[in-house]
Amino acid sequence: MPPTPPSRPATSFDRRRTTAIELDGVTFGYDRTRNVLSGITMTIPRGQVVAIMGGSGCGKTTILRLIGGQLRPRAGRIMVAGQSVPDLDRDGLYALRREVGMLFQFGALFTDLSVFENVAFPLREHTDLSEDMISDLVLMKLNGVGLRGAAQVMPSALSGGMARRVALARAIALDPMLVMYDEPFAGLDPISLGIVGQLIRKLNDALGVTSVVVTHDVYESLKIVDYLYFVSEGRIVAQGTPEEVRASTDPFVRQFVDGQADGPVPFHVAAAPLEASFGVHAGR
Amino acid sequence: MPAASAIVDGLRRVGGGTRRAIARMGFAARFAFAVLMHSPEGLKRIRLTLREIYFSGVLSLVIILVSGLFVGMVLALQGYDVLQRYGASESLGVLVSLSLVRELGPVVAGLLFASRAGSAITAEIGLMKATEQLSAMEMMAVDPLARVVAPRFWGGVISMPLLAALFSTLGIYGAYLVGVRLIGIDAGAFWGNMQSVVDFRRDIVNGIIKSGVFGLIVSLIAVFEGYDAAPTAEGVSGATTRTVVGSSLAILAADFVLTVFMFRGVGVV
Repeated sequence: MPPTPPSRPATSFDRRRTTAIELDGVTFGYDRTRNVLSGITMTIPRGQVVAIMGGSGCGKTTILRLIGGQLRPRAGRIMVAGQSVPDLDRDGLYALRREVGMLFQFGALFTDLSVFENVAFPLREHTDLSEDMISDLVLMKLNGVGLRGAAQVMPSALSGGMARRVALARAIALDPMLVMYDEPFAGLDPISLGIVGQLIRKLNDALGVTSVVVTHDVYESLKIVDYLYFVSEGRIVAQGTPEEVRASTDPFVRQFVDGQADGPVPFHVAAAPLEASFGVHAGR
Repeated sequence: MPAASAIVDGLRRVGGGTRRAIARMGFAARFAFAVLMHSPEGLKRIRLTLREIYFSGVLSLVIILVSGLFVGMVLALQGYDVLQRYGASESLGVLVSLSLVRELGPVVAGLLFASRAGSAITAEIGLMKATEQLSAMEMMAVDPLARVVAPRFWGGVISMPLLAALFSTLGIYGAYLVGVRLIGIDAGAFWGNMQSVVDFRRDIVNGIIKSGVFGLIVSLIAVFEGYDAAPTAEGVSGATTRTVVGSSLAILAADFVLTVFMFRGVGVV
């Protein structure tokens, strides 16, 4: 009689799939009147760093929340490591999230815990490791982001760039298969910006993870990513490798890359005609 | 017809407001149920609950003890002024202890607890939401209801009866200082009358039940308002205000209802 195979967990994620994330025709709205995202389709291969770019409020962060299962799409398919995220129950979602690290815009460090305890948090919650092992792992992760010396500091004493690096160490504490970055460059000085950018690339390659970076920092992204998607008004309007983006003549890409005030994204928001606003009428 | 249109608009606003209020109450009820369901998971992290008992209970001690002492002293002065007109100044201990144990202890301690600890709980959870700490926790597969909300809720529920008991104790001691030490009422009469009139089951247990109910009310309102706060500075400030106002009104309303049921048959109701 053949040996009984070990029972598999209810939800399993295939870390070796060539496609880490697949979005197909994803539509989402916070209320019934307006769609924030319409028909988003993208494929993110395993091991790559992919940027999702677009102006503020275009729905970039919403895409991350849909991938992480914090929101459910109105229509479309979201697959992460072979599992349909909207179809996962609570246990399945939590199993997914143990495989996913996320870096929030301003770090979202727990302000009542030290840097060390912040990084140790996921290890304490999800593993039965000994205190010595946790200490070694935390210091290794902090060393990886250059902050081993700040282990006992409270988050309130950190600069924005350091807080982002601690959050990065926390995001990779459980050795995830996927790391999502929500505006990792926002509000950083040029040195911190370069450090965070390089860390994203190096950690991605060293740990063999897949990285999704939501950002509007076009120059930093072009240096570190493998592929870019441009999102505007809830739709993907352009995509390509950094070389293709640099050479692109697409008006939206050019406006975004060159930082032009006016273009496909208009300078003025929709408003009544100028004459009506200022009370000027023809013939007067 | 502008007048008709204004009436329709007014009715629409009233209807919309009522519908939103009912929806929020429904959400609050579901939230309370979820907190109770997550409580066993939260209480497993007993150190977190003990930490919250420290923040809600121990750090509220100064305001509770000082207020209790002064309320007791003022009660003794006012009580003596009335009782001595009827030659019943030896009943001062009874007056003060019944007032404190039955009413003032639970109610005033509850109001102070709502202002000191309830507002702090709301502000803390609201700011954790505004700074995405709750979202970060969710994305790390840790349920904020079990890790953040349940320990704060039970920390408040456990602290409140203890604080009310200390409030009443210090109040009675304050009355002793004024009545016996300052005014000169006989200490034997002060304590003896108190001992013979105050009933453990009817007075003390009912007072503890009241303070437990107020602890539940304040803690639930505080964690709900924090969790439901808009993630902005204005949202957190509004939620904190709603916690203090809502808890205070709820304590007074619940006190009346509880008093009606608890002291039926004492000759009033």
